Amino acid sequence: MSDLIKLSLKATRDGLKNKDFSAVEITDSYLSEIEKSNSKLNAYISVEAEQARVMAKASDVKLAKGQGGALEGVPLGIKDLFSTKGTHTQAGSHILDGFKPEYESSITTNLWNDGAVMLGKLNMDEFAMGSSNETSYYGAVVNPWRAKGSNKDLVPGGSSGGSAAAVSAWLCAGATATDTGGSIRQPAAFTGTVGIKPTYGRCSRWGVVAFASSLDQAGPITRTVEDSALMLNSMAGFDKKDSTSVDISVPDFATAVERGVKGLTIGIPKEYRMEGMPQEIETLWQQGMAWLKDEGAIIKDISLPNTKYALPAYYIVAPAEASSNLARYDGVKYGLRVAGGSIDEMYENTRAKGFGAEVQRRVLIGTYVLSAGYYDAYYVKAQKVRTLIKRDFEQVFADGIDAILTPATPSAAFGVNDQEMKEDPVKMYLNDIFTVTVNMAGLPAIAVPAGKDGSGLPLALQIIGKPFDEETLFAAGRVIERSANIDFTPKKWW
Amino acid sequence: MSLVDTRTPDPKKFIKGATGDWEMVIGLEIHAQVTSESKLFSGSSTEFGQPPNSNVSFVDAAMPGMLPTINEECVRQAVRTGLGLKAKINNRSIFDRKNYFYPDLPQGYQISQFKDPIVGEGVVKLDMGKDGEVEIGIERLHLEQDAGKSIHDLHPNMSLIDLNRSGVALMEIVSKPDIRSSEEARSFIAKIRTILRYLGTCDGNMEQGSLRADINVSVRAPGGEFGTRCEIKNVNSMRFAVAAIEYEARRQIDILEDGGTIDQETRLFDSKSGKTRSMRSKEEAHDYRYFPDPDLLPLEFDDEFVAELAKNLPELPDEKHDRFVNDYKITPYDASVLISSRINADFFENVAKGRDGKLAANWVINEFFGRLAKEDLSVANSPINAQQLGSIIDLISGGDISGKIAKDLFEIVWVEGGEPAKIVEERGMKQVSDTGAIEKIIEEIIAANPEQVAKVKEKPQLAGWFVGQVMKASQGKANPQAVNKILKEKLGL
Repeated sequence: MSDLIKLSLKATRDGLKNKDFSAVEITDSYLSEIEKSNSKLNAYISVEAEQARVMAKASDVKLAKGQGGALEGVPLGIKDLFSTKGTHTQAGSHILDGFKPEYESSITTNLWNDGAVMLGKLNMDEFAMGSSNETSYYGAVVNPWRAKGSNKDLVPGGSSGGSAAAVSAWLCAGATATDTGGSIRQPAAFTGTVGIKPTYGRCSRWGVVAFASSLDQAGPITRTVEDSALMLNSMAGFDKKDSTSVDISVPDFATAVERGVKGLTIGIPKEYRMEGMPQEIETLWQQGMAWLKDEGAIIKDISLPNTKYALPAYYIVAPAEASSNLARYDGVKYGLRVAGGSIDEMYENTRAKGFGAEVQRRVLIGTYVLSAGYYDAYYVKAQKVRTLIKRDFEQVFADGIDAILTPATPSAAFGVNDQEMKEDPVKMYLNDIFTVTVNMAGLPAIAVPAGKDGSGLPLALQIIGKPFDEETLFAAGRVIERSANIDFTPKKWW
Repeated sequence: MSLVDTRTPDPKKFIKGATGDWEMVIGLEIHAQVTSESKLFSGSSTEFGQPPNSNVSFVDAAMPGMLPTINEECVRQAVRTGLGLKAKINNRSIFDRKNYFYPDLPQGYQISQFKDPIVGEGVVKLDMGKDGEVEIGIERLHLEQDAGKSIHDLHPNMSLIDLNRSGVALMEIVSKPDIRSSEEARSFIAKIRTILRYLGTCDGNMEQGSLRADINVSVRAPGGEFGTRCEIKNVNSMRFAVAAIEYEARRQIDILEDGGTIDQETRLFDSKSGKTRSMRSKEEAHDYRYFPDPDLLPLEFDDEFVAELAKNLPELPDEKHDRFVNDYKITPYDASVLISSRINADFFENVAKGRDGKLAANWVINEFFGRLAKEDLSVANSPINAQQLGSIIDLISGGDISGKIAKDLFEIVWVEGGEPAKIVEERGMKQVSDTGAIEKIIEEIIAANPEQVAKVKEKPQLAGWFVGQVMKASQGKANPQAVNKILKEKLGL
């Protein structure tokens, strides 16, 4: 294995600028590592070697002239949810069979404009619906991490499981991901990587296949906090093609990373102390508070009373939007078409064959909650809950809280094909218990690896910020990262 | 929407049934295509008649990850229309998704406005001739996307889809159930179309589908409780609207008089048979699962935005009508004929300005519009312009030509073109008012027809024969008033 791929995104970028190595060189290193590892990890659905080399060569030309963008020559993996012109874009689904868009998402356009190189498209839960990356039509992604002394395959979390696994296993310098209910932060937590879900409206949704439009937000998964800051700098920005994108300037996130937490008031919400939560999660949380306090932050207990309604309300709002967003996959225009004797039969056959079980479940839930007679009881009520959740946060921020510290997940990574979760989808949904509130409120939140459980698996803390205050998250995240000072490199078994 | 009966039952409009009189209650939903360069949520062109699927963007085809962005011109057009309908403009409105599956609906939902439309209640006045003026309430106007077009007859076992129309902006204008006859319904559609055309917010071409109506019809005992309604979908001509309403009302009356009940359902009008037939029952009705479109923010604008549009609004048909009656002293009936379209009204005004309004109205309506209709032409492609017609009228008013000669002159100008005054001069069409010349002709005729002279002394009404002879001799150019006067003197009548 070439050591180049073990460099952080920052070190990669600087090395390329200093001409320590070329973009083609590091791209080839990643491509050969992908070739060796992907059959075991299944992180990439599609590897775009030829295109990657073309992009890398172009970067080298610029770098040679001392030109190039902020990410010039840096090889990235792109979640399959992002439209990439002329290449595999299927949202991990069978129903988009063979679909290659004629357009490029705004976020990836921003990345390529800054010089980044695309290695390929990353595996994910089908249409970003899942917390284990097992709902992908392309098969489960395997977590590079294993419990001490175990050979059992673990899930990388989801839905951005491919992104998290690829970053963790050195299959890219950083990856794009998306987060509708925790799909960036939970996989980051399960793989010892850093993931930030920016404020809703910070990154354009144009060209990102929609799951739940009012909750979807893209962000990076990287190996360090600083890398996340650098990558988000390139991804973020107002886009007039997305009406929900917010016209607000993007600060230089990288300069915030080493800012520290001195004088910041960090809230600790009591509602996140759940019954049956493993002791090691509680211990980690306490540790996090201590680290922040040691660096000069003020720790304060707070209450977010409507937290308990967040998950049930989320599982109304998200499926409702999804049921409508996924109506366009009907076999008429692109992707899979399974013939039938009538138009209705063609729809039924195509959608029965094209969507997996979890997607079908959510489309059915969403259709149900929007139906006449149920709309007020479910959708309208869930929207009211959403308002209350938002208000909870507004209240604590108004009371002087600068950021909120919580665990990122209720457990470490679990096994592939977990029977209990298979039998009860709600158990799977509980993975998002700490993360969905943030999507419901549109706030930014970062997951930073902070410790390991008894079997040596990574655990993470989550920091939630005020709208458009990602800078504080990078600063506080960096303090956790520095204080923990743990090497989150998985032991290579693959 | 609460149903309020705003009308007093009018026996003239009742329909006779076997068991007694019935009254129709009609409400209309008019779908008007917004005049705009590009579609409601995409930059694609709206040009009509392009090759199939040539005006289609990634958004219109509902490609994965595509997002709608509002076309501000369509918003302005909707507000202008709302102002034209004297309706409440809502500074905040919301786009909802109306979910249903159909191949020509690429998104699987239509973006529309459900609970919070851009325009609220308004009112439209109808001039029903001798029945006077009727006010029809407007319930709302909302913006929505049009669907594409399914073509079922080009392939033996497949349907073809043309998405050119997919995403084009429509305004749905919903009336209150204030209409009580098919004639009022026709008049309502015509009035809405006139207003839209005045405003330039919809071209109103029903043949091209730019304006179509869904018609809700029910019947009841005069002044009684509202009955169960049926909705006739997608009627695309005023003639069909009248026929569909007449048929549907009669159908419902027959059912009710046979002791049956009306099923609330959606029906289609077959223009060939002149009948309506069931399309889907209430039970089969779609559950559209409306919810606010999360891809779009609420549509908000301030009062200034509305004021600016109001300031630049053209004169509306009702105002123009009143002004024509006041300024040109023409009858209300003539005024309503003249204002039926803006281009016609402008033509009249160009003719009438500085001239006798009544004379101008007569000439414009009877000679000019009559001739246009006969030749299936319109003002836009008329061979005569307002200035030419104006000078013909000047020649009449100035006593240069008689009304009869003026018609000949009109014919010459229509066919050959040219400057009327010059034609009159060159072709010697000027009427002879020179009494000496007329006297001479009369004297000759009297001298040549002693028998007639004798007769007319007994029967003065025979003087007309002499007038005819004089006109003939003068090739119609003798001033008729002068002829009459001199004849009377000479014949001693």
